[in-house]
Amino acid sequence: MNEKKDILLEIHNLSVSFCMYHHGLEQRDLQVISDLHLNVAAGEIVAVAGSSGSGKSLLASAILGILPGNATVRGQLYYKGKELTKERQGQLRGSEIALVPQSVTYLDPRMKVGAQAVGHKRPYPTGKLRSLFQRLCLPEKTERLYPFQLSGGMARRVLVSTALITDAQLVIADEPTPGMGLGQAMEALGMFREMAKDGKAVILITHDIDLAFEFADRVAVFYAGTTVEIAPASDFKRGADALRHPYSKALWKALPQNGFQPIGGFQPYAGNLPKGCLFAPRCPHKTAKCEDSVPAIKEVRGGEVRCHHAT
Amino acid sequence: MPLEARNISFRYHKRQPWVLENRSLSLCRGERLALLAPSGYGKTTLALLLSGYLKPTKGQILLDEKPLPQKGVCPVQLIYQHPEKAMNPRWRLKRVLEESGGMQQNILDAFGIEHAWLNRFPGELSGGELQRFCVARALLSGADYLICDEISTMLDVITQAQIWKVILEEGEKRNMGILAVTHNWHLARRIATRIVDLQVSEALARPASPDVYFPR
Repeated sequence: MNEKKDILLEIHNLSVSFCMYHHGLEQRDLQVISDLHLNVAAGEIVAVAGSSGSGKSLLASAILGILPGNATVRGQLYYKGKELTKERQGQLRGSEIALVPQSVTYLDPRMKVGAQAVGHKRPYPTGKLRSLFQRLCLPEKTERLYPFQLSGGMARRVLVSTALITDAQLVIADEPTPGMGLGQAMEALGMFREMAKDGKAVILITHDIDLAFEFADRVAVFYAGTTVEIAPASDFKRGADALRHPYSKALWKALPQNGFQPIGGFQPYAGNLPKGCLFAPRCPHKTAKCEDSVPAIKEVRGGEVRCHHAT
Repeated sequence: MPLEARNISFRYHKRQPWVLENRSLSLCRGERLALLAPSGYGKTTLALLLSGYLKPTKGQILLDEKPLPQKGVCPVQLIYQHPEKAMNPRWRLKRVLEESGGMQQNILDAFGIEHAWLNRFPGELSGGELQRFCVARALLSGADYLICDEISTMLDVITQAQIWKVILEEGEKRNMGILAVTHNWHLARRIATRIVDLQVSEALARPASPDVYFPR
């Protein structure tokens, strides 16, 4: 990746922890993202997949600098080669870096949808909004409706439009597709692809991993607050054997079309992480080494993986 | 002893268009019906109607030929699309589970619900963890029918497979009727004994018409 000059966003060694009350007035730090690396180049779509609660949405908040006050961020974030400081995050968010929020509760319940999608932009881009809504299959009258009058999928598409109407260079889409039908989801993701062709970058946080394989260039798999594998999307299309990490293989095998086989156990709670490899308690191939030491990221067959036994 | 929607029509307000018009649907115990439709077709409205959260404007919802009971725990339980909206944000999760009738350790274990979580508030858990609570809550209440309104769209595929495994097992054990609303055709094929696609067929309007069957 490094020979490409136009890396838009670089994340090194990112960790996020929350200071929370544990017992009465006793406080402790809960580390939810640890040692995370991710590069996003201009013109590419990076899908972020992984288990729920693995810190995918927190990554989005950390990039935008909208974490709550009790959060501590460590590590380096670079946007266009310059460090992303608090002030810079404030300047860039909404204009250069846009977010498609995860939950439909992000819509203001007392504001009409059209005004909400446009935001502070003046002059009011009526034409652009209309054509955008049309492409997202939203009827014209949607502009004048309030959020409670929309169905789940429509609200989702309005959220997508809020990001697309800006001229953002980097769009972070936090689960834009649930609630949309297949055709609509394809259309929305197709619009992200067009943005990428214009030299913009998209981080697509999603659970619809089968869709993510179709549209993304690379897929980063998260588990318990860190990346376990970053692989070209084509590997996911080829099947479980082309993947490197046992967790990504398990994800692939759990898809309804590929077996629907869950693995046992659950993701460890952030306050109670295992000492060695985070996936070791659920891993079928674990050895003593996995339980002792955290594997470093290494390159295997053109992808990055965090596993002692990856081949 | 089916759960039946008989010729129901519904609109949210007199001046608004019909969301559902003259639809009928029946769900027997032990049956798993998957409902596929694009967004805006009134799937969620139908789910709310069937579980008694909304009253149909015309027609009736019948459970064993009687209207849904007004008192006590409803035998038709809805699992909502957005778990973060389906819980009182000021109740600790323990209270949420106790409300639905006591805890059964085997169900908590099956969903990987840890005891440490029970003392937290809904806002302190991720969406996937909350959704597991919602499903556990519905199962703990001893319902006969489950209406699952896109319950797994916000979960990762492994958790999705885990949750459906528990629901299907419990459903078989208790002979529950399950209606799963989903967009995912692959998922519908996996879990359902009968699939109705609102876009392809008008099967919902004509309950006697032959549906798509996938014997498992």
